Amino acid sequence: MKNFEFIAPRTLDSVVELLPGPRDQKTRDRVKLLAGGQDLLGELKEYLVSPEQVINLKTVPGLEAFVARDGGYSIGALVTLSALEESASLRASHAMIAESAGAVGSVQIRNQGTLGGNLCQRPRCWYYRHEHAVCIKKGGSECYAYGGLNKYNAILGGGPSYIVHPSDLAPALVAAGASVTLKGKKGERTLELERFFTLPSEGAVTRENVLAPDEVLTRVDVPAMAGWKSTYVKFRERSSYDFALAAVALALRMEGDKIAEARLVLGGVAPIPWRCDKAEKALVGRKIDADTCKRAGELALEGAEPLAHNAYKVPLAQGLVTKALRKLAGA
Amino acid sequence: MSDPKRPHDDASRGTSLSRRAFFRGAGVVAAGSLVGEAAHAAAHASSLEPVRIEGSVELELEINGARQKVTVEPRTTLLNTLRNHCSPPLTGTKSVCERGSCGACTVHLDGKPVYSCMTLAVDAVGRKVTTIEGLATQGELTELQSAFCAHDGSMCGFCTPGFVMSISACLERNPAASLEEIQRSCSGNLCRCGTYPQVFEAALAAGRAMRAKGGK
Repeated sequence: MKNFEFIAPRTLDSVVELLPGPRDQKTRDRVKLLAGGQDLLGELKEYLVSPEQVINLKTVPGLEAFVARDGGYSIGALVTLSALEESASLRASHAMIAESAGAVGSVQIRNQGTLGGNLCQRPRCWYYRHEHAVCIKKGGSECYAYGGLNKYNAILGGGPSYIVHPSDLAPALVAAGASVTLKGKKGERTLELERFFTLPSEGAVTRENVLAPDEVLTRVDVPAMAGWKSTYVKFRERSSYDFALAAVALALRMEGDKIAEARLVLGGVAPIPWRCDKAEKALVGRKIDADTCKRAGELALEGAEPLAHNAYKVPLAQGLVTKALRKLAGA
Repeated sequence: MSDPKRPHDDASRGTSLSRRAFFRGAGVVAAGSLVGEAAHAAAHASSLEPVRIEGSVELELEINGARQKVTVEPRTTLLNTLRNHCSPPLTGTKSVCERGSCGACTVHLDGKPVYSCMTLAVDAVGRKVTTIEGLATQGELTELQSAFCAHDGSMCGFCTPGFVMSISACLERNPAASLEEIQRSCSGNLCRCGTYPQVFEAALAAGRAMRAKGGK
C-alpha cells in the first residue's frame, strides 16, 4: 500500500473538519476513515484506494457507546461485531442482529470489525477487488461481472452494476427498522437505514450508500421489538468463514399460531439489503405451514433476473426463507 | 460483559475513558518520538488537536509484556513490525495471505485474537500485544502447546502459531469449551495440510488438562 499521513483526532468535530467538502465527490477518497480496518486495509493493499490521509476513529471518544434504551439500543459506529454477537440482552430482544454479527467473517475479524465499518464496507465482487480491473464501480464504463464470471453477483436490483452488498448486519438491522445517524460539516442527520443504501441505478454507481464526502456514520438506533421473534439465516460456500451466497433476516410478531406482522430482508442477492414487501404482506394472518413458506419464498424472489452463473441463488434464497420461517415456528 | 450499558451507568463512561486513556498514550508516545516538524507541531498542539503521524515514526509497543521501540511508517502492519522491525525479530507470527483470510498471523490484542496483517502498528500503541513467543513462561510450554506436540497438531507447522493463538484465547475464556466452540474459535485459521482432527484433539486435551489443574 502507499504511505499516508495517519491522523488521530480527539473529537468528532475535528474528524468532520478533516473530511472533504460535501460535494467533493472526486477528491473524497483522498481521506479515508479507519475503524476496525478489516475492509480498509484490504482496499489499501490492493491499491483500490490510496488516500493521502487516514483518520483513526478509534481515538474519538463516544463512538463505542452501546446503550440499551426503552427496549431498543443506541449502538455507536465503533462497537465491535464481537460485542454485538456476545450481548445476551441483544440476543434475547433482537436475535437476528446478534446472529448476523456472529455470522460475519471469523473471530479475528469480529474482534476488530465494527458496526459502522460493516455497514460501509465495499463490495467483494472479484472484478471490483482486482487492482487492474477498472470496472464501473471504479469509474470504468462496464460491469465485468454482467457478461463475465458472476456466480456471486446480484439476481435482484442489478444494473448497471451487479454487486451484492456484503454486509450481514445490514439485512438484520433493516428488518429491525433501525435508523442511522450521519454527521457532516452542516450537522447531523438521521435516516432510516433502509434509505441509507442505494441501488446502482438510483445513486452514484461508484457508491453503495448516501454518505456524503463530509459525513461520518456515528451510530445506529434500533427500536424496541417487544413481542417479536427473529432470526438471521446465512448460507456460505465455506460454512466456517465466508460472505453470504444468500441470507435471510426474518422477524415475526405472532398472535396465537398466526403471523400478525412480518419483516423479511434478503442479503447476498442484491446491491442493497433487499426488503421483501410483498412477501411480508402475504405472511400476515397466515400460519407457518408448507404453503406459507412456499408462497413467501416465491414472492420474496419475485422479479429475480439471474445472470449466467447465479440462477442457483433463487432456489437457495427461497429455501432460506423456508428455513427461517420453520426456525421461528419452532422458537 | 459486552452487554450494552444502561444510560448513566458509570461503566459505559469507563469504556470511553479507557479509550481516551489509550489515546493519551498514543499522543504522548507519538509526540515524544515523532521526528522533525511533526514532533514540534504535536508537542505544541493543544490537547484537543489531532495527532498527526507522517513519514516514519518511532512507536513504543507493549509486546509480550515488554516495551519495545520500533521505527515504522503509518502503513506498516503489526505483522510486518513483529517480523521485521522488532529486535530480536518475532518470526513465530507467520505471513501468508496478507489479507485476513488464513489466520497464520493471528496475535492477541488486549487478549483477543486478531489478524496482525490487518492491523496497523500505529493502531497497536497503548494495547497489549501477545505473540506465540509470549505464551510460554520461562521456557515452559502452555497446556495447549504441549497438547499440540502430544497429539501431532502440526504437519508442516506453518499455520500452527495462528491456531495456537486462536484456540488459546478460546480456552482462556472457557477451558470447558466444546468441540463446536473450539472449531468456531479457529474458523478463521486455515491448515492446508488438513491436520484439523489432531488440532481439535489437542485443543480438547488441553482444555481437560487446564480444568484438572483448576485453571490455565
